[in-house]
Amino acid sequence: MILQMKGIEKSFIHKTRGNIQVLKGISLEVDSGEVVSIIGPSGSGKSTLLRCATFLETIDAGEIRYKDEAAVTTNAHGKAEYVKPAQLRRFKQNFGLVFQQFNLFPHYSVIKNIMDAPVHVQKRPKEQAQKEAMELLRKMDLASHADAYPCQLSGGQQQRVAIARALAMHPDILFFDEPTSALDPELTGEVLKVIRQLAEEHMTMVVVTHEMPFARAVSNRVIFMDGGVIVEQGDPEMVFGAPQQERTKQFLRNYQK
Amino acid sequence: MSMAWSTMLLKMGEGMLHTCAIFALTVLFSLPLGIIVMLLRRSRFKPVQWITKIYIAIMRGTPLMLQLLAWYFGPYYLFGASIRGYRFTAIIIGFTMNYAAYFAEIYRGGIEAIPKGQYEASHVLGYSKAQTFFKIILPQLIKTILPSITNEVITLVKDTSLAFALAYNEMFSIAKQIAAKETSFTPFIVAAVFYFVANYVVAFVMERIEKAFDYYK
Repeated sequence: MILQMKGIEKSFIHKTRGNIQVLKGISLEVDSGEVVSIIGPSGSGKSTLLRCATFLETIDAGEIRYKDEAAVTTNAHGKAEYVKPAQLRRFKQNFGLVFQQFNLFPHYSVIKNIMDAPVHVQKRPKEQAQKEAMELLRKMDLASHADAYPCQLSGGQQQRVAIARALAMHPDILFFDEPTSALDPELTGEVLKVIRQLAEEHMTMVVVTHEMPFARAVSNRVIFMDGGVIVEQGDPEMVFGAPQQERTKQFLRNYQK
Repeated sequence: MSMAWSTMLLKMGEGMLHTCAIFALTVLFSLPLGIIVMLLRRSRFKPVQWITKIYIAIMRGTPLMLQLLAWYFGPYYLFGASIRGYRFTAIIIGFTMNYAAYFAEIYRGGIEAIPKGQYEASHVLGYSKAQTFFKIILPQLIKTILPSITNEVITLVKDTSLAFALAYNEMFSIAKQIAAKETSFTPFIVAAVFYFVANYVVAFVMERIEKAFDYYK
């Protein structure tokens, strides 16, 4: 088991509407080599779930484990307790995250975006990191852009660099937070192709997406979230082809319109 | 005009050195002090935030000339202390405290303009807080604030003339003295040329620095 999230609760304090619970005790387990897609309407908590898994948000209650090691546990008072910051940093080595807005470092060249963290965070030898970064760029079909700056690339190219940057850290699991939502339709394909290729190589991935045909084709499991809970999950053919819950049917109907 | 050109230029030249000293020391102290003020301004501890806000409000809300007088005469009126040779120090303190407030607000604007995603990407990649600031945030911050810094530095060149309020013999004070004594406007023209050329140099240098950051958007 690469990732185990148990009973995750997360609330935000809203200025006018008070406390809003975004995640209502969600549990998610991801096995090695599994590709999980999370779908659902906006505001359902999909992205928040990923942000909790990657420690960008702190959870209120629940448990998060990577490779059977607990990063967050719940104490006797029902409050989430994180391991010490130094240990938490070690946990970050387990995962990578690809953002909707790419979030490349604009002042670094493409190759430096990819190799800087391996060299300066993981302290790997520079030559090795550079060689690996070039290999990743070739895989992303971007080898000729190694010395370009992000602003010189299209959105699709930037997102592929962001994927390479995440892969360069050798994560056990890769999270995608709506990786194609900021892209023009004609650029979506090139990013999805890369993710599909990673799925074929059995990279463990959790993808929050609105690309239904993609989710159906690529994932081993589809999760439909709404209102901070998992409404339905299972084999993509089952969730898309014969959804059991009324809410799921309604959502998929709206999508087909 | 009875005074020879050479005498006038010599006197004013000495004043220029003093002007340059005020300028250089103020830049040297206020740029880093501004970082500290900005950090205090962004402190999560509310009282620190308020005090810093009040400090910035006073520095920006009152004339610099008045502030210089306060720094110079303050110790005497408050404590009856008269410190010998304090004049130049008071000027540097006055300028530094004033400009640090402006720089702090420029830094703050720059920091807040950096997309949250930059911090999040650094966080997920495992960069430490120091690495995130120095490697990722600071280079982008410098690029965004350079034009505003240029503006302030150019204003400072001209503001140095306010030191005349403390009868400090920087160039403008000397120009005024000569102009009064010789009933001539020439010293002011010389002063104008000096400020103009100095600012031309400042603008030129800053433009070069801005160009150095032009390689990305």
